[in-house]
Amino acid sequence: MHKKHYEQLQESVYAETLPNGLKVFLQPKPEMAKTYAIFSTNYGSVDQTFVPLDGKEKITVPEGIAHFLEHKLFEKEDRDVFQDFTKQGASANAFTSFTQTAYLFSATSHIEENVTTLLDFVQDPYFSDKSVEKEKGIIAQEIRMYDDQPDWRSFFGTIQSLFQSHPVRIDIAGTVDSIQEITKEDLYTCYNTFYHPSNMTLFVTGNIDEEKMIELIRANQDSKKFAPPAKIERFFPEEPETVAEKKKQVRMPVSVSKCMVGIKENTDYASPEAYLKQELLTDMVLDYYFSKSGVYYEELYKNDLIDDSFGFETSLEKNFGFSIIGGNTKEPDRFADTVKGMLQRMKDHTVSEAEMERIKKKTIGQMLRAMNSLEFVSNRFIQYHLAGVDLFDIVPAIEKLTAADANGFLKEWFNEDRLAVCQILPQEA
Amino acid sequence: MKIAGEKIITGKGATLHLIPTKKYKTISIAVKLQAPLERETITARALLPYVLQQGTANLSDARALRLKLDDLYGAILSISGTKKGEKHIITLRLDVANENYLSDRTPLFEKAVDLLREILFEPKAENNAFTESIVTREIQTLKQKMVALKDDKMSYANMRLIDEMCKDEPYSLHVHGYEEELKDMDGGKLYGFYEKMLKQDKMDIYILGDVESELAEKAVQPFLERDIAPLEERTASVHPASDEVQEVIETQDVQQAKLHLGYRTNIRYDDSDYAALQVFNGLFGGFPSSKLFRNVREKHSLAYYAASRFESHKGLLFVFSGIDPKDYQKAKEIIDAQLASMQAGEFEGSEVEEVKDLIVSQILETIDNPAGHIETLYQQVMGNKNVTIEQMLDSIQQVTTEDVLQVAKKVQLDTVYLLTNKEAEKNA
Repeated sequence: MHKKHYEQLQESVYAETLPNGLKVFLQPKPEMAKTYAIFSTNYGSVDQTFVPLDGKEKITVPEGIAHFLEHKLFEKEDRDVFQDFTKQGASANAFTSFTQTAYLFSATSHIEENVTTLLDFVQDPYFSDKSVEKEKGIIAQEIRMYDDQPDWRSFFGTIQSLFQSHPVRIDIAGTVDSIQEITKEDLYTCYNTFYHPSNMTLFVTGNIDEEKMIELIRANQDSKKFAPPAKIERFFPEEPETVAEKKKQVRMPVSVSKCMVGIKENTDYASPEAYLKQELLTDMVLDYYFSKSGVYYEELYKNDLIDDSFGFETSLEKNFGFSIIGGNTKEPDRFADTVKGMLQRMKDHTVSEAEMERIKKKTIGQMLRAMNSLEFVSNRFIQYHLAGVDLFDIVPAIEKLTAADANGFLKEWFNEDRLAVCQILPQEA
Repeated sequence: MKIAGEKIITGKGATLHLIPTKKYKTISIAVKLQAPLERETITARALLPYVLQQGTANLSDARALRLKLDDLYGAILSISGTKKGEKHIITLRLDVANENYLSDRTPLFEKAVDLLREILFEPKAENNAFTESIVTREIQTLKQKMVALKDDKMSYANMRLIDEMCKDEPYSLHVHGYEEELKDMDGGKLYGFYEKMLKQDKMDIYILGDVESELAEKAVQPFLERDIAPLEERTASVHPASDEVQEVIETQDVQQAKLHLGYRTNIRYDDSDYAALQVFNGLFGGFPSSKLFRNVREKHSLAYYAASRFESHKGLLFVFSGIDPKDYQKAKEIIDAQLASMQAGEFEGSEVEEVKDLIVSQILETIDNPAGHIETLYQQVMGNKNVTIEQMLDSIQQVTTEDVLQVAKKVQLDTVYLLTNKEAEKNA
């Protein structure tokens, strides 16, 4: 087990890759009551087309299958795994994102039993025709719930207007129609391909003893047989530079309109360091202009174009990335034009050294605050690790950034061809 | 792991609660202002949190205030109004980095407290009135909030259930206030409500993090020395459930129907059976192992979510589920059957023990989060009951199967609220 200590943050992380390929990270936090463990596979909704394990030809699976599989792993032939965690005082959950499927629990007692349950249930699938059919009703209700949420519709609508062919444009849960096609055989195909230990990461943090914990994990994994690790071949269509739809309008029964301005981000990073730098600068620049201390926020607010639902976010992954700016607005068209104009103007702006210092201070302070959360640390650690970045090296990376970096970024960042607008509008009378 | 103790210092104008802990890389400061929930003040109290963030005597506008926060290593300020039972609470929170984790070790805590003092006691105002243009703009924001609430169907259904269930009780007052009250609101009137708040509200201050208690006490002196004329304490009104269950069905163009049910428990935070209520809720609908989730979702595949939650200061319990509009009767029957089953004592001693462990764990996990810890302690101020976290956990462990059964028998369905679509209503 390899220990890495981060002096300034006073944190230590222990790392080990097991013989079967599973990557394990342990972060003891003895001052916490809680332990949080997350077992994550590098497999999400975008992994639609791939060569299955033991197969020769690439296949494309039904939309929403990664999420469907996540639901079904909890059900075993004789029981529901949620109840196993409950008996051991833990609360369990799972989530599926574009690029990850993760299973997790938090608990303050029976930690070793719960870690064992986590590893065992994820590594022992049981799918039957009957249980697959039963789940369709539950997931259909989950999809319908999201269909009624204007926030989700505007987020996803923006992504769909940005991307022409990349599967990020497919709803994570699929559609009520697409999930009807899913069979137990499909689930096994996806499971066998993507749930090999060499494609997975386990992060345990909280009230643990790292030595005992690694012993337990090693013994658990040694007792199981896996096929030799194989490289997974995944296919992603070429995504053109231009957006799918410059302006998309969705009508639904809302009282307040919404408008989102989306930017399809460039993703040809030369190295993990370049990736991190691009991610940090995108976040910091958006914050500089559009957070409550930003000059553009003030302008939008004074012109009555936004309310306190206004926000922005950036998501950068290996082969896709986007930023979204927006929220509720009374004038969706004027909002879109104003933000577009602001993004144009940013090219000619420069950030001073003093301003850059303030942005850096803010970013660092907020990073410290986020690190209070075991969930944040574990989830982000895994995400960054897959991109070749160490979460705990981010503070020093921020400290290194200069005004020249920000200004260089501003010159290059915005490109009209990569911009799309999505509006949620009330239904026409 | 040791649970951080709470040190309480009572001043003339406020009570200071210190929770020294090295768990976090930040220091959290929260100021709580408590007043009765009243129709006459609710709208102004909903508006104040917005106006107070628009600048201070020394910081000319909202942006100047935000830049000041950025300089304090991105300190996070939030001001919000909430209702708890029949009280209204305005909370000012400021989270600031602990400089021990920064390469620049300039102390931040005292500056943060001073900024919070300035925001609360020296807002941007002239001649006993807030700036008119600010008030006008913030009224817009609040109005939009009231309207936008309707677009979040879960919150909307929840609000409508309480509207109908607690019609004649203060608890049904809307936390965002009322549009008609905003018509003749102006800077002077709002300032009057602000002064009333400063003079009459019960104030509690929480400081949680790695701070010396002398330093903390000294920093909050201006709060502790506030001039006050507090109001008499008033307890929440008691309403027995009506004999007949009322059913309210509304239609909108929705994909998924929201079925929300309201029950009376009349059990409050300081009641001796409060711990048993928590265990009851855990068995009934609080966890994925509960009866509601197991039956409504897992057994009958009717919903993605089906859960219950209790209200601690008024004595209410709510069930929520999102269902296919055509399944209303079936879902309702299954939910009713789960309560009947609880009331018939159909749960095992082993299940009670499991749920107790889950609740203990939930409380311990909540206090692993700065805001969660503060809210857990503030519940005690709200409930007029002072216990340590250890005592709280102990009271859960003491609950017996019989205690849970007695609580189950007190739970009475009052109102059923359904938000559905037009096609379904025709067939209902």
